[in-house]
Amino acid sequence: MLFPTSSSPQGTARVVITGAGIATALGVGWKTNAEGFRAGRTAFRPVSLFDVSRQRAKNAAEMNLPSTLPPTRLDHRQVARLDRAGKMLLLAAYEAWQQSGWEAAENLPFVLGTTGGGMLFGEDYFRRALQQPWQHRGQAVRAVCYQPQVQARLVMDALNFSGPIITVSNACASGSNAIGQAYELVRSGQAERAVAGGYDSLCEMVFSGFDSLQALSPTVCRPFDARRDGLALGEGAAIVTLETLDSAKRRGAAILGELIGYASSIDQHHLTQPHPQGATTQLVMKSACAGARVTPKEIGYINAHGTGTVLNDSSEATAIGEWAGHRAATLPVSSTKANIGHLLGAAGAVEAVVCLMVLAEQWLPPETAFETPDPACKFPVVHQPQDANVNIVLSNSFGFGGVNASLIFRRWT
Amino acid sequence: MSHIFVAGLGAVSPAGWTVAAMRESLDLAKPLPAQPLDQQKDRLLRAHLVPHPVTRPEFLAHPRLRRASAITHYTASAVLEAAASFRGARPENNRLGLIVCMQSGCVQYSCRFYDEALKNPATASPLLFPETVYAAPSSHVAALLENVTLVSSLVGDPSAFLQGVSLATQWLTEERVDACLVAGAEETNWITADALWHLDRTASISAGAGAVCLSREKGLSIGVELTAITDAHTYSAKKNRAQAARFMRHQLNGKSSGHGQELLCDGLGNSPRANAPELSAWRDWTGPRLSPKRILGEGLMAAAAWQCVAACDVVANRRFTAANVSLVGFNQQAIGARFETI
Repeated sequence: MLFPTSSSPQGTARVVITGAGIATALGVGWKTNAEGFRAGRTAFRPVSLFDVSRQRAKNAAEMNLPSTLPPTRLDHRQVARLDRAGKMLLLAAYEAWQQSGWEAAENLPFVLGTTGGGMLFGEDYFRRALQQPWQHRGQAVRAVCYQPQVQARLVMDALNFSGPIITVSNACASGSNAIGQAYELVRSGQAERAVAGGYDSLCEMVFSGFDSLQALSPTVCRPFDARRDGLALGEGAAIVTLETLDSAKRRGAAILGELIGYASSIDQHHLTQPHPQGATTQLVMKSACAGARVTPKEIGYINAHGTGTVLNDSSEATAIGEWAGHRAATLPVSSTKANIGHLLGAAGAVEAVVCLMVLAEQWLPPETAFETPDPACKFPVVHQPQDANVNIVLSNSFGFGGVNASLIFRRWT
Repeated sequence: MSHIFVAGLGAVSPAGWTVAAMRESLDLAKPLPAQPLDQQKDRLLRAHLVPHPVTRPEFLAHPRLRRASAITHYTASAVLEAAASFRGARPENNRLGLIVCMQSGCVQYSCRFYDEALKNPATASPLLFPETVYAAPSSHVAALLENVTLVSSLVGDPSAFLQGVSLATQWLTEERVDACLVAGAEETNWITADALWHLDRTASISAGAGAVCLSREKGLSIGVELTAITDAHTYSAKKNRAQAARFMRHQLNGKSSGHGQELLCDGLGNSPRANAPELSAWRDWTGPRLSPKRILGEGLMAAAAWQCVAACDVVANRRFTAANVSLVGFNQQAIGARFETI
């Protein structure tokens, strides 16, 4: 039963990650992405998926989808019902599932973050309905397949598991919120295991939206740089498998890292602009640290939300400076949106996997386009490839609408 | 075990902008008429529209709501109605949670914006785009309420409304909030009517919102306790819609005391095919039924919220000692819930 549950309200199960899958414009899979992030590669190119000739910005981090999908239980008809976003989701979920060593399962929660789901189906539906309203062929399928729960069900069928699907859509914090919500389910004892992550593909409407707001960089995405002029969009997916430490130990599973803290807060300042002083950003980092029982001194790296917009980065930089105090001067911070763009509903999940890479492989992801620090940055921005000795990392995600989320991971040794 | 009580209800529907208006329509048991919405070349699309409010709600003067879409207005109205008693009893030191559930979401501005973008992206309105995101209604309503500390927007088929209620129970049980508002909301336009026409030609689309205010405090309750939410029985290769509905029914059966008069508040509409799994799961139910969608139209997530609001309302008014809510979603899962008199 979802209510009442037999779990403890103050559940204290330790939660570890035993599988991680990632698909971004840097490539598909942990290894390719880890190499790219470690070297500070960037994956931006002219947009080819739709016409951007009349937009201010012309580039995005577009993925090269592999020509074939991994072998799963889906038949050809089911595969045809996956759009770009669904395929990215499947690629990430497949890798995480394989890595976790999990087998067929029932009642396994699947918590997903997305802003658009199968938006490409939705756009296609809209164009056809406008241009040829008397042509109905395929419209019913498009009307169904744009819905994220349908894509989630296909992934569950592909990997042979079932359970409740929870789709969180808190804009750009969705991926972090999804992982956080799965963490709460496992920590509290409502589930022993959970699958969570986020996905979003590039689409014309969202690209046009950010361009209309003049939020897209017409040059290069440079988070925390004094000359930054906007964000760059990307696409992709990331999925993690979470389970109790007891469960992982019982199975003898390889542990990628421990999720030790999560918090969410709401910034009511404005629909699209953060509070200038980052008041709720400070609050969410404090709350996550309190839950994790760590202090800023113990944080070894922050994967910032760092979109590259003037307002976001100054607000986040101020918040990190205030929250970290003296520690800020030596606390390495970077935003991997400089490499793969802003993945919206997938961003928090992809950045969580980057944090796991940092912990597992002990390096920091640089922003190679970064040149001139913004005066608001009281911390060093990682801009050159470097090895590091990192035990605890924090990942920030903030969304349109004001939902903020922070996740804290600890190295597993 | 934690006890969760219902501290308030709110509704905006084609019947009007209050729970009382919805109750009146449901009591009359006469389907509200659908109005012409859009004349396509080969068919007329119809919808159950929300009437204009008799007087302009004061909350619409809030700066955040001036440009907001209809779905935000509906959500705000339902949430304010649901929260009124709690906010009156706890004017200070109350931490609110807000969970807004949607299926189609902000379709009006999405269509307008995408239409503009297709015509000329260089002139597409930057005012419209932020209002297209699923998180917009919850953000605006949180700003309106001011003392909201936790917010989430959930997307899914209508059954996801009870996942929102479940999330609220978690926040309450863990004492992260003092009360939690859960809203289900939709707005409609030609594209939602068109999409529904492609999926079920017997249904006509509807719009509005429903909201429940949940609290741990019995003293603030309207006399209703949430006593059960079943598991989410997700449809899969191994479990079809009919089987999922039966599992849900079975779990709710186990919660019935067998005493007193109980209501079944179901999700039946006018389509025999769509209704079949739910009818089958409840075929031996001999008690009274209430089917809000048959009166108010296919309100998607709003309809799921109306079911819960109607169920709580009849229990609060002592017309029944308990009410079961049956949500057999279109393409996600079947979930049920049970509300009982205190």
